[in-house]
Amino acid sequence: MSDIVYRRPPALNMIIWSLVMVWVVAASFPFLWTLWGSFKVQGDFFSKADWTNAITGVRTQVETGGAFTGNGYFGAWVTKSFWIAAINTGIIVFSVVIISLTLGTLGGYALARSGKRYAFYLLMLALVFRAMPHITLVSGYLLPFFEWNLWGHIPTAIIVMVAINQPFTLWMLHSFFLNIPKDLDESAMVDGCTRFQAFRHVIVPVMWPGVVTTGLFSFLLAYNDFSVTATLLSQANQTMVPKIASFLGTTQTEGNVMFAVAAVVSATAPLFILILFFQRQIVSGLTAGAVKG
Amino acid sequence: MKNRTFFWFILPSLITMLLFIALPIVSVVVQSLHIEHEAILNEVENCGPFGCKKELVIDVKETAKLKDERPLGRFNGLGTYTNRNHLAFTEIRHAWKLSNGVADFVSKSLNLPFYRALAFTLTYTFIVTPLVLMFGFLIALGVNSLPKYIKGPTIFVSLLPMIVTPLIGSLILFWMIDAQGIVGSILQKIFDDPNLSLKASPLLTWIMLMVYGVWHSSPFAFIVFYAGLQTVPSDTIEAAMIDGASRWERTKYVVLPHLMPLTMFILLIQLMDNFRVFEPIVGFSAQANATSLSWIIYNDISNNEDQFFGSAGATSVLTIIGVSILLIPVLIRTWHDFNRKVI
Repeated sequence: MSDIVYRRPPALNMIIWSLVMVWVVAASFPFLWTLWGSFKVQGDFFSKADWTNAITGVRTQVETGGAFTGNGYFGAWVTKSFWIAAINTGIIVFSVVIISLTLGTLGGYALARSGKRYAFYLLMLALVFRAMPHITLVSGYLLPFFEWNLWGHIPTAIIVMVAINQPFTLWMLHSFFLNIPKDLDESAMVDGCTRFQAFRHVIVPVMWPGVVTTGLFSFLLAYNDFSVTATLLSQANQTMVPKIASFLGTTQTEGNVMFAVAAVVSATAPLFILILFFQRQIVSGLTAGAVKG
Repeated sequence: MKNRTFFWFILPSLITMLLFIALPIVSVVVQSLHIEHEAILNEVENCGPFGCKKELVIDVKETAKLKDERPLGRFNGLGTYTNRNHLAFTEIRHAWKLSNGVADFVSKSLNLPFYRALAFTLTYTFIVTPLVLMFGFLIALGVNSLPKYIKGPTIFVSLLPMIVTPLIGSLILFWMIDAQGIVGSILQKIFDDPNLSLKASPLLTWIMLMVYGVWHSSPFAFIVFYAGLQTVPSDTIEAAMIDGASRWERTKYVVLPHLMPLTMFILLIQLMDNFRVFEPIVGFSAQANATSLSWIIYNDISNNEDQFFGSAGATSVLTIIGVSILLIPVLIRTWHDFNRKVI
């Protein structure tokens, strides 16, 4: 049935298909190109003579003897100690996700079940907080953090990012909890559970799909952050993204931009794997806030 | 839910938000009313073979001590807001008097750092946001009509530009449009101009940043619209067909109204996110030609030797005011929608 309804004239189909084709190329080509180029030497990836050198790898052949080279990766990970930044990112992101979700599930559940006027005001307040540019908040932290010697430490960055993620986490989990029927926890309470027991024994077992999705987005927010990690962490505790930013200045002058290219590819790989496994959750998460309310 | 229980459930979340979102806003306001101490000067008599000279020398120790005692600096009232680096009232008045014509006045004002950043931020927000909505909708229509087995891979690929770290995404594009990168050198060939560089001209830099913005945010709009298209009521479409509505009329009168709430949602999120545009400027090293409000705040505080908290604070307060003005219409709408739903 729907086939007949939605059948299009061929000309329109052509336009739509070419549009999608153009988009697919625009979305994927930059990544493929950079991945390919990261195994070349700088003379090929930024070729003065001819950009096709990056494909054939002429200079790479001359300089290293093979068509591909891992020099960029060696330089970034070993020479420039990118691995320390990777470990720091791991610690920070993991803690941010766990703490955000713990606070967020409790708060989101309360907001979804309250039904009072002030719950709605809190949600609106969270929306306003969500709109604050992160860098304005960071400029408010710096001076007090310097004074109280909190600046530069990993736990500081973690708690700040948890707070910045809270408005979003609350909204998302709130809309997930609205979809879990009220009768579930209310019947548990009729049976004599306290509110927290009902939450613990009845809601927790069924909330995981929503929590996983929200966790993915907390992960992305923490992993992709630049303004907080670049300004609140000391050199030794730096994470991957500010590390890459600092590569830019140093490598340009030393002539090893390929370190930065390799680091960029390395930092993108986990995100790539994330979409590979969690595509469905990401899509449902993006639409949860919008479609359900 | 009882008020007491609600309170305990929400407390941890509320505390973090108050401590690290609400208090910093207060702290930013306080900072913006203060300014760095002036260096303490001592008069020193310097005697050499050619006689004695009196010189003013900065007393490093006393200055450091003063800075230690009162790290906030000295009270400056609204002075920081009105100085040359922010609202620049004097300069604006001056430019108004001296300039011949509105164009000249505008170009003079755009030399002032705050107005330069404001101009870029607003242009970026109001050009990228509608384009993102449009492209997202078109891609959603396109993908929706694809055969099922290629939908999955297409969505996978589409998610990439959105999910990649903004700084990394802009770097990837930046290297491609480099004069020696693939896109840059192809453009040089097309326009037959070996000196063509996208980084050199302000206009091209602005366009480049906005292209990045559309590339980065379109997937979000696409996914939301795509999900919305799955729920378009087929009964209504059929009824419209029976009544003789053309394809265009069906899209206009059935599909678009159905997607309206989603459009508001994307608009809200996009306005928030585009107004804080920052990472692309760092990634594209575009600060010579384009600065945003977020970028000038970062510039004030990222310098390790001299951090200008007063200046950063004033810009932050002005930015927060800007965000509020931008969001009031959307917030009021959300407020009404929500009220209708809840009560």
